[in-house]
Amino acid sequence: MNALVKNMIRFMLFILVQVFVLDNIHLHQMLTPYIYFLFILWLPFRIGRTQLMMIAFALGFTLDSFRHHPGFHTAACLLIAYIRPFLIGLLIPQEGADNNYEEPSIKSMGGVLPYLIFVGVLTLLHHGWLFFLEAWQFGNIWYFLVKTLLSTVLSLVLIMITELLFTRQQKFRTNTV
Amino acid sequence: MHYSQSLTPNSKFLALVRNIFLFIRRYFNLILFLLLQGFSIYLIVHYSNYHKAVFSKTSNQLTGKINTQYNNIHSYFTLKKTNDSLSKAIGILYNKLKSDFELPDTSSHFIIDSIKIDSMERYRKYHYFPARVVYNSVAAQNNFIVLARGASQNIKEGMGVIDPASAVVGIVTNVSADYAVVMSLLHKDSHLSGKLLKGGEAGILNWDGKMPNMISLSGIPKSAKVARGDTVISSGLSTSSIPKGMMLGVVQEVKADKSTNNYLVKFKTSANFYNLEYVFVIDNKQADNINAILNKVEKKDN
Repeated sequence: MNALVKNMIRFMLFILVQVFVLDNIHLHQMLTPYIYFLFILWLPFRIGRTQLMMIAFALGFTLDSFRHHPGFHTAACLLIAYIRPFLIGLLIPQEGADNNYEEPSIKSMGGVLPYLIFVGVLTLLHHGWLFFLEAWQFGNIWYFLVKTLLSTVLSLVLIMITELLFTRQQKFRTNTV
Repeated sequence: MHYSQSLTPNSKFLALVRNIFLFIRRYFNLILFLLLQGFSIYLIVHYSNYHKAVFSKTSNQLTGKINTQYNNIHSYFTLKKTNDSLSKAIGILYNKLKSDFELPDTSSHFIIDSIKIDSMERYRKYHYFPARVVYNSVAAQNNFIVLARGASQNIKEGMGVIDPASAVVGIVTNVSADYAVVMSLLHKDSHLSGKLLKGGEAGILNWDGKMPNMISLSGIPKSAKVARGDTVISSGLSTSSIPKGMMLGVVQEVKADKSTNNYLVKFKTSANFYNLEYVFVIDNKQADNINAILNKVEKKDN
């Protein structure tokens, strides 16, 4: 399938699942799992940073339109889109691995641990920034910390389940062809 | 020599421009990131400006349509609950019927049933419009509800919203052609006025962003008698769009604030924000009248 079409379908699916399924879950009344930002993590390696940020902006703004108070998710998505290339540069095992594979996954990152660090750090950053912006107007720090940590764990579990359920076909692309 | 000397300031300027361009090119991504980040924080802080913007109306219209599609399916799963709440509401209304009461002296009927109230709309103060909830959030720090009824169906900004059991839900903050966005009580900027049913002391509502269904009522003086289980009702003061006496909640916690002369009262809301299906939007027909006078007074003060 064409990468553009595939990602457009993903975009819509992630937004719909987030708005209509996950937003209706309130664990212990205040914890809501997040998964829509996995769209940014799954984008191909070769996308430039500028485009990456534009896409992240669009994703965040679309979700915010459903939440009717714009800005929060936009800011959080922008942050992880900006950090993502740095993190990939740090974690990718050998030179050129990002040319051999299409997009970040357990296989292309060279193992479960690097991929887990990749997803974990970005999830923590996304949640931290999102809840910081929300809590900033209320000003209760402990509540913010607890909420961030618990939500990160919850989202990570959900992301791992998603990875197991929807295995993405990752073809090894040799640069000889 | 002569030429090159005269050119130096110009070439210095060119070098500066070149350096600026090089700087922008080098740090383009960082600058873009900061700009977009700044824009989104601007949207968070100046969210009322966003609501005035035209594109919010179109985005409301769009997300509203998607929400309605979803709600068309979802509403089947809650039909029983909706039926229960509506039949309860009808029960309350039946008990308010005049035929429920029989007075030995029938002359009073003529006074109450005067033509004024029924057929001449100019004496009507409140008008209720039923509306369907198509989107509802409780887990965010600022929560909104979307109704499938908008400006073309008589909804205006600032109208009050109650649930079928006449418990206060929130205030309409933004209206598009067919949808209305309601700021629920669970919102940082939601400061309605409520009062204690028993003593009549009025205070301001605010939500601390922690527990949905728990709201604090500030400004209740220590001279007031408050206890757990007391009823909190709308005062009809803060926004003229919610009538006096609508249920707000039941007091759960009373603490004495050491620094002020007030109590810290927390109450559980009567409206269940987790499963709102139908609500009523209240139009205060006399609001324009009151606001006109208020504006006049404010102008005099300034």
